[in-house]
Formats: sequence, structure tokens, C-alpha cells
Amino acid sequence: MTTLDPNTTDTADTATSSRSTGTKATRAIGIAAAVAMGWLVLFGLVLSPADVNQGESVRLLYIHVPTIWIAYLSFIVTAVASGMYLFTKKHSLGWDRLAGASAEFGVAFVGLTLMVGAMWGRLTWGVFWQWDARLTTTALLFVTYIGYLAVRRLGGSHQQRAKRSAVVGLLSVLLIPLVHWSVVIWRSLHQTASVLDTDGDIDMDGTMLFTLFVGVVAFSLLYLWLVLHRTRAMAMEDMLEDRGLDIALAERRAEGGTR
Amino acid sequence: MSVVRIAWLIARKDLRIEWKSRVITNQVVPFAGVTMVIFGFALDANTDVLELVAPGLVWLATMFSLLLLVQRTFSVEADDGALDAMRVAGVDARGIFLGKAIGLALQLLVLEVLLLFAAVILYGETIRLDGAVLLVTTMISATCGLAAVGTLYGGLAAGSKGRETLLPLLTLPAVAPVLIGATRAVESALGTGVAELSDGWQWVSLLTVFAVAFGVGGSLAFGPLIDE
Repeated sequence: MTTLDPNTTDTADTATSSRSTGTKATRAIGIAAAVAMGWLVLFGLVLSPADVNQGESVRLLYIHVPTIWIAYLSFIVTAVASGMYLFTKKHSLGWDRLAGASAEFGVAFVGLTLMVGAMWGRLTWGVFWQWDARLTTTALLFVTYIGYLAVRRLGGSHQQRAKRSAVVGLLSVLLIPLVHWSVVIWRSLHQTASVLDTDGDIDMDGTMLFTLFVGVVAFSLLYLWLVLHRTRAMAMEDMLEDRGLDIALAERRAEGGTR
Repeated sequence: MSVVRIAWLIARKDLRIEWKSRVITNQVVPFAGVTMVIFGFALDANTDVLELVAPGLVWLATMFSLLLLVQRTFSVEADDGALDAMRVAGVDARGIFLGKAIGLALQLLVLEVLLLFAAVILYGETIRLDGAVLLVTTMISATCGLAAVGTLYGGLAAGSKGRETLLPLLTLPAVAPVLIGATRAVESALGTGVAELSDGWQWVSLLTVFAVAFGVGGSLAFGPLIDE
């Protein structure tokens, strides 16, 4: 597989004709995301009440919960896109870029979840970190997908990158249940009472539930907007690389001709 | 040639190279030994603590050594472009994977036995006869899992420059379940702390599932991963 073959480089993408990654649709999504974020700030900080047990720290959960949901979603998208790349006949690089873009924001969102979660934990439990099954699994998930992103940057042709990262993307999915299983037995053996009880099942206040819903909507829109732009930016990067190679080849040929 | 035959030939070749070159005896085993000693420094040579955490330290030293062994086993292939040559010659990738993994697993097993002895000598660990079956089963199942993951990501990281640093990043999170499972199972087998012998067996099932999942997944994924 060489990058010189125009049929396999697959750079024909909707965004490549223009110089920007924005379209009417992404602009609309971007505006909607911004509005939803403003809404989330309003509900999360002003309109929703403080929690009976957790006090003001409950407001952190309006970021914590939606970001981890979107992170899970983005890793599912990565897995599905990786599978689509590997198992469809066309081996379209579009799937590969979608997998990559989605994983990038998945990692970013998990990072945000862990950070906000640590702050919330410090306020509620008194510690930044608990060796709880869910936390440990999430931390390993974070590192695993950082590894996936590193694999994407190994170099080689676009198709090589796509194949390699699709395989690693699918292997990461294989890993998640195993990690979760091991951590769950480990903690259930060793921990007598879970500290997580403190966030116990309070009947959730209507405004709180709605705020959480606003959070999910806002972060979903943000994810969608980011992934669309990033996928197109990646297509442009790929095209630029190919073009650079073509130009270099043409120059070398010209040198050979003048000699 | 059948996959099993290829695997056998590659494993035998790898073990013969290791036997002749003595890199393991001269470098990897001493490294593992030094690791066990510096764990002692880090924990202030407190024998009570060391005895308690010895199973975990044995597996941690095994995993660090795994990284060295994987790099070693693939630098043998990559130096002369042997891996590419085998692929061009149409050698089944599953056979290459299994062969490399078997060779790696046997080397790891020897290393683990030595590390266990080091724990007995340095940390005052005692090996009980009634936990022997659990101990051996754990070591075999955990080693198979480690070898499969190591071979898989080793093949990916082999070849061009600058990829070696990627190996620990990919391997260590992936073998985390093995570290947890094998440590707990060996704790049960040796009776350290409050661990019960019967607790150990559920970990063996996890380790076995892990080894099978990465054995099968690895043999399927290895071909696309090493294709350049």
C-alpha cells in the first residue's frame, strides 16, 4: 500500500474543497452547544438547589456525570468505527478518522471526569482518590486510550495507521470487561464498606435532575461539534501530508530531469 | 506448514538464541534481582511489610522484566528484518505470534521461579505445600496472559525507532488485571496476610479467561499489526 495511489489515499471528503472545517450544520450545532452550556451554567450554579448531604459540591456532578457518559459514548463510537473500518470492503479512512477524533475527545472527557471527580471526592469523602472499582476501572480506561492515541501517531501510511489503530481500538474494547471484572472482585474482597454510600440514593430533586439533563444535552452537542470539526481537520492533515509527498517527489523528479 | 509447526519452530529458535546469547542470565535475571533488592530499600527493609507485599513485588518485578524480554525477543527479529522476511515468505502470522508467545512464556516461567526464591530469601516468604497446586496453576495461567499481551504489543512496537517507549504505555495497563489477579492468587497460595487458600481459585479463572482472550485475540490481530 503506497500513499501515491490516488484511489487508496481517500482524501476526497466533503470538507476538503473548502479551507475551513465549518459548514452550516456545524455552525448550528456549535451555537446550540454554546447556548446549552450557558443554560447549564445557569441551572447548575444558580437555579438548582444545594444538596442536603453534599452541599454546594453537588454542582460538580453536573459536569462529572455528563462527561463520563459522553466519554463512554465516544469510546463506543471509536470501537464501532474501528470495526467498520476493518470489516467493510472499502476500508474507508473516514471511519478511521472518526475513530481517532472520537477517542481524542473521549480521553479529554475522561480526564475532565477524573479531575472533577477528585475535587468532588475531596469535598465529600475528604480524599481525592478512592480505590473503588469504578474509579480504578475509569483510570485504566483513561491510560488505555492514551495508549491508543499514541499508536495513532506511530507514522507510516494512512492505511497503515488506520489498520493498526483499528486493531488496537478493538483490543482495548476486549480489555475493558477484563479490567472491570478484576477490579470488582479485588475491591469486593478487600473493602468492607464502600465510601460511595455517602452519595446515597437521595430522591433526586426535580430541578437537579433537569440540570443533569441539561448537562448531558450540552456535552453531547459539544462532543458532536468537536468530533465533526476534528474529523474534517484530520482529513485535511492527511491531504496535506499526501500533497507534501507529491510535491517532494515532483521536485526530485525535476532535479533528475535537469541533470 | 501448519500453525502449530510454525509456532514450535519459532519458539525453539527463540529459546536456542536465548540459550546461546545468555542475555537472560547475564542481564534480565540480574535486573529482576536488583529490582527485588531495591523494593527492599523502598520499604525500609521492614520484613513484616515485605512478607505481606512479597507476592505483589514478585509480579511487579516480573512485569518490568517482561518489558525487557519483549524488547529483546523482537529486536532479534527486527534487526535483520526477519519479521518482514517471514511475512513475505508467507509464514502464517498466527504461527509467528504463538511461537513468540510460547518462547516468551517459558522464559518468564523460569524468571518467576527465580523471583519466588528471591522472595523466600530476601523477604522471608514461606512456600506452603498445600498451596503448591494453586501457586503453579496461577503462575502458568498468569504467564500465558503476560506472554500473549507482551508479544502482541511487542510486535506492534518492534521495527522503527522511537517505538520502544510505546511498549510500557500499551503493555502495563493491559496487564493490570493479571497483576491484580496473580498477586491475590499467590497471596492465597502462600497464605500471606489474611488471604484464604480457597479465595485464590476465582482469580485463576480470571487469569485463564484473560490468557484465552488475549491468546485468541492476539493471534488474530497479530498479522494486521506487524504488516508494514
